[in-house]
Amino acid sequence: MTSVDFSHKTVEMIDVVKKFGDFTANDRISLTVHRGEVHALLGENGAGKTTLMNCLYGLYRPTEGVIRVNGEDVVISDPNVAIGHGIGMVHQHFKLVEPFTVAENIVLGREPTKTLGRLDMAEAERQVAEISERYGLSVDPQALIQDISVGSQQRVEILKALYRGAEILILDEPTAVLTPSEIKELITIIDNLTSEGKSIIIITHKLHEIKLVADYCTIIRRGTFIDRVEVAKVSEQELAAKMVGRDVSFSVSKSEVVQGDRALTVDNLVVRDNRGIAAVNGLDLQLYHSEILGIAGVDGNGQSQLVEALMGLRQVESGRILLKDHDITHATPRQIIGDHHICSIPEDRQKRGLVLEFDVAENLILETYMRPPFSRRGVLDNGEIYRFADHCAETFDIRPRNTGLQAKSLSGGNQQKVIIAREVSNNPDILVASQPTRGLDVGAIEYVHKALIEQRDNGKAVLLISFELDEIINVADRIAVIFEGRIIGILDGDEADENRIGLLMAGGSA
Amino acid sequence: METFVNDIAFIIGTTLMYSTPLIFAAVGGVITERSGIINIGLEGMMYFGAFVGAAVAYFSGDPWLGFFCAGLAGASLGLLHAIATVSFSAEQIVSGIAMNFLGVGFALFISRLVFDGATQTLTVPKKIPLPLDFLFGEGKLFASSGFMDLVFNRFATVYLAFILVFVAWFVLYKTSLGMRLRAVGEHPEAADSLGISVFKIRYGAVITSGFLAGLGGAAMSIAVVSRFSNTLISGHGFIALAAMIFGKWKPQGALLACLIFGGAKGLEIYMGAKGVPIPSGLLATLPYVLTIVILVGWVGRSQPPASIGKIFDKGEN
Amino acid sequence: MSSIGASLKDKFLNGALSITLMSVLFGFLRGGIILLLAGFNPLEAYGVILKGIFSRPKYVSYVIIYSTPLIITGLSVAFALRTGLFNIGAEGQYIMGALAAAAAGYYLKLPMVLHVFTAVGLAVIVAAFWGGLAGWFKARFGVNEVISTIMLNWTALYISNWAITIPSFGRQGTGKTYAIQPTAQIDILGQWKRTPEGIAFLREHPMLWDVLKSPVNLGFVFAILLAGLVWYVLNRTTLGYELRAVGHNPQAAEAGGISVKRSMVISMLFAGGLAGAAGAFQVLGVSHRIATLAIMEGYGFDGIAVSLIGNNSGPGCVFAGLLFGSLKYGGSKIQDVMGAPTEVINIMIGIIIFFVAMPKLIRMILAYRKRRERN
Repeated sequence: MTSVDFSHKTVEMIDVVKKFGDFTANDRISLTVHRGEVHALLGENGAGKTTLMNCLYGLYRPTEGVIRVNGEDVVISDPNVAIGHGIGMVHQHFKLVEPFTVAENIVLGREPTKTLGRLDMAEAERQVAEISERYGLSVDPQALIQDISVGSQQRVEILKALYRGAEILILDEPTAVLTPSEIKELITIIDNLTSEGKSIIIITHKLHEIKLVADYCTIIRRGTFIDRVEVAKVSEQELAAKMVGRDVSFSVSKSEVVQGDRALTVDNLVVRDNRGIAAVNGLDLQLYHSEILGIAGVDGNGQSQLVEALMGLRQVESGRILLKDHDITHATPRQIIGDHHICSIPEDRQKRGLVLEFDVAENLILETYMRPPFSRRGVLDNGEIYRFADHCAETFDIRPRNTGLQAKSLSGGNQQKVIIAREVSNNPDILVASQPTRGLDVGAIEYVHKALIEQRDNGKAVLLISFELDEIINVADRIAVIFEGRIIGILDGDEADENRIGLLMAGGSA
Repeated sequence: METFVNDIAFIIGTTLMYSTPLIFAAVGGVITERSGIINIGLEGMMYFGAFVGAAVAYFSGDPWLGFFCAGLAGASLGLLHAIATVSFSAEQIVSGIAMNFLGVGFALFISRLVFDGATQTLTVPKKIPLPLDFLFGEGKLFASSGFMDLVFNRFATVYLAFILVFVAWFVLYKTSLGMRLRAVGEHPEAADSLGISVFKIRYGAVITSGFLAGLGGAAMSIAVVSRFSNTLISGHGFIALAAMIFGKWKPQGALLACLIFGGAKGLEIYMGAKGVPIPSGLLATLPYVLTIVILVGWVGRSQPPASIGKIFDKGEN
Repeated sequence: MSSIGASLKDKFLNGALSITLMSVLFGFLRGGIILLLAGFNPLEAYGVILKGIFSRPKYVSYVIIYSTPLIITGLSVAFALRTGLFNIGAEGQYIMGALAAAAAGYYLKLPMVLHVFTAVGLAVIVAAFWGGLAGWFKARFGVNEVISTIMLNWTALYISNWAITIPSFGRQGTGKTYAIQPTAQIDILGQWKRTPEGIAFLREHPMLWDVLKSPVNLGFVFAILLAGLVWYVLNRTTLGYELRAVGHNPQAAEAGGISVKRSMVISMLFAGGLAGAAGAFQVLGVSHRIATLAIMEGYGFDGIAVSLIGNNSGPGCVFAGLLFGSLKYGGSKIQDVMGAPTEVINIMIGIIIFFVAMPKLIRMILAYRKRRERN
């Protein structure tokens, strides 16, 4: 943090406005970054952080405002121009071509060629090896993207920018998918880069990371500029209050409940992923009534396949799933939902959770449409369906109240409410919630947490899968850590601390 | 023995002849779908190309000019398809269906105007030449109707089709242009964020596919036969589409698939000629049933390019 | 229920209907331009077409006869499309249905009404099997239905052509089968209009006579009933709910407990059955026999156009089918009257679909006009 050169402003964004139709995503936001500085851009989901950075990277064109790079006014009409000005961006969802190699991804768009436009892959691999060594980013240039870890993929993304001579690097939520140890590595990389005089902008909503790496922080809320602060001089609480606009309590209030009977047993489960690899590999788990069992772990350690197997959406290779003493390993989704009363909040609400083209009411009966009162002898009863939907909209505060609207016209938070309304109304014995707060703002997150705790208070068994360690620690009664398809440690909620879990998540022993 | 060898040669020869139009169109299909745009309009583009090729060859007397114009005709429909799918986020299959109506419509509309209300052209004065005869003189290199003659002494379009497959393979896998095209088809956002113009690549790919489908049509109308008629192109574009999928979206795979299909056709004609005791009507289903059997038993869930059929919309910049 | 009203209103004002109408308008405009370029007066051509549709009762009844199979194959395509399946195979299913109906109509000896129902029933079953095959290939083996249905189309065509060569079924040398029994025919007053009393009566009533000069039959009535059935099944039954859910988002449907594979097969069975019914009505009501086909007749492919123009809905297919039927019948007259190629109709249909494919463009045009009106 000593490398900041205040005499040299690398990026200045002044009063930038970005409108999409009638919607103003950025309303006169300003941002200044110096040479060698790590600058955090802080805001909630949907505050407009990524939009602002897409303007800087040329993916969007600002409606109004001035952008200066190294003191000169520039118009960044497309990413090529941004790259020309030494700006590189690592997107939150990596933009990597899966069937291509590491080297191919890095040189794409600026390929070394021989005569006739022939690719010179040997040269490409040599150059990639050179820069990866220089900045301490180890990758295998010949490996396919689909075969390497998420952490390596991120290094490929950073190398892509460096290969193009980036002096200013934008990292969009860079730690969301990393293990604690990978985060430490990333911080080392960032230190290396700033000591070489590069400027880094980190988009994030994680406060302690800002405290760890950033020199300065710009805070935006609902598309407007709130403040610019020197990180060393503010507390996490102050940052949070500026981000949300009110004081935020970090802990979730929940009462003590005595753990109930065993609801679900998973015994030595093996499940293969689409590529035939055993993503769940000998997993054991017990879930009890009146508890929230949190599954902590980094993305890609078998969580998705575990949930799909539980819900009957993916074939189980071996092992058993027992509901009390009843074997449901090979039950169909319909049996699992209807007969065994296990419901789920899917990790990707738009992909698995909702039929976006259906209206809210139709989505609310997705699991119950074939039963009275919603249908009789195969004929739907719209009166009952919409009455039920209106009731759900009231009870679960789905906005707007019009249940005839298509699900895709709802905000993310309200889409999630539709799913929760559906699953909770179905009165399950077991509720499986995967990433239930992903992409939601603080208000909606609180709502989801409350709903989960309410289920547990009513004696249900709740399985919460999340990549957000804070969420698991705050909400779960017990915490199981998943690593490479196995549960490698179970902790009580109160004895759990971040360091121990973090170590387990990276495959260590606590 | 000699008849057996000649029979084999006959089947191979027919196979090559029937495969050629399909190869052109199927390689076109590979190129557009590799860039992420489905082109179910290949049929209409072949149809229009077949007509324009024969009409131009008839009036100019130059089969090569006809061949080239056939490509342009297909490319013009490709341009329309590109406008719809790339610029205006159209449903790719729906737009392709429109191309099939337009291809047939334009071909027959113009045909009626130019050829006195008929839905077929007159016989072209010169077909696409046989290059070996052209180079060495007729019957000079190989004995007439011998094995070598039946197999290798083929229309120039046959050779061109094989060259095309090689060129397409080379461009797709060995050049930076091909790498960019494949990247656009797999992950357009990634390509876009690296400054590759998804727009240009896709326009180029779709228009090229139209051009090649047009050539395929002409390979039918002025090489296999010597005139266009309204029944000439009947399902070839769709079969090329099947060949492309069967060939797993690779030029060399599509070539193989087209040869298998052409082979089934060759076998059908051969068995028909030899009076094999299967009703010839049912024999005619062979290529189609074989394609289904191969798809069911062999190919199944092959992986198309990841972004295929999806709308890439940069939003308002 | 007010919410349904709101969404309906939204659909009409901003949605599908205005896009379709604009597309049809563009189709006519561009078709006119093309006629103009070719040296014909487009107004005169459209006049001829309009006259050719409406000026005589016989013409109107011909339009209805032309439209009937298009409406039903349109329904077939629409039904599958609602489940996210592209039924290019309506053509082959139609052929199989026609073949089955011709065979049942000719070989079976049954009393009047029963014969019709048996023939249609058999046609529907055979064609449903033909369509269901493609659904099964997709569900079981992951074979793209576009490819498999195309192959099944050609297979059907050659099977039909082969069947016509069977001596007891096809009349040697004519390339046609024997006519079906009168008991299987669904012509309206088909027998009576040829009796002396019938002829005498019709001389007194020229309007009716004109209508009966065309092969008027009950097919259209069945087409309307089928359109209603399709609408009802899709929108009011749990089966339709399942199929639509699978069509929009198979992954969410699966997570909700709906069997995606089963839905695919059912949808294609249904679609095949519909196309088969189209073939059956054509044989029982119009042609009374089947003939050797050199190429596809195009009922299935035209059905795709009908479905797309009709926004894949039951009622939409009726209107789009009538539009297409009118253009096909009326359009054929500009050839005789003006010497203008009737294929301008294909071009117009193509242009309409082209614009239907691009709702984004039409919305931009509508928004642009709105903005200009405001200024």
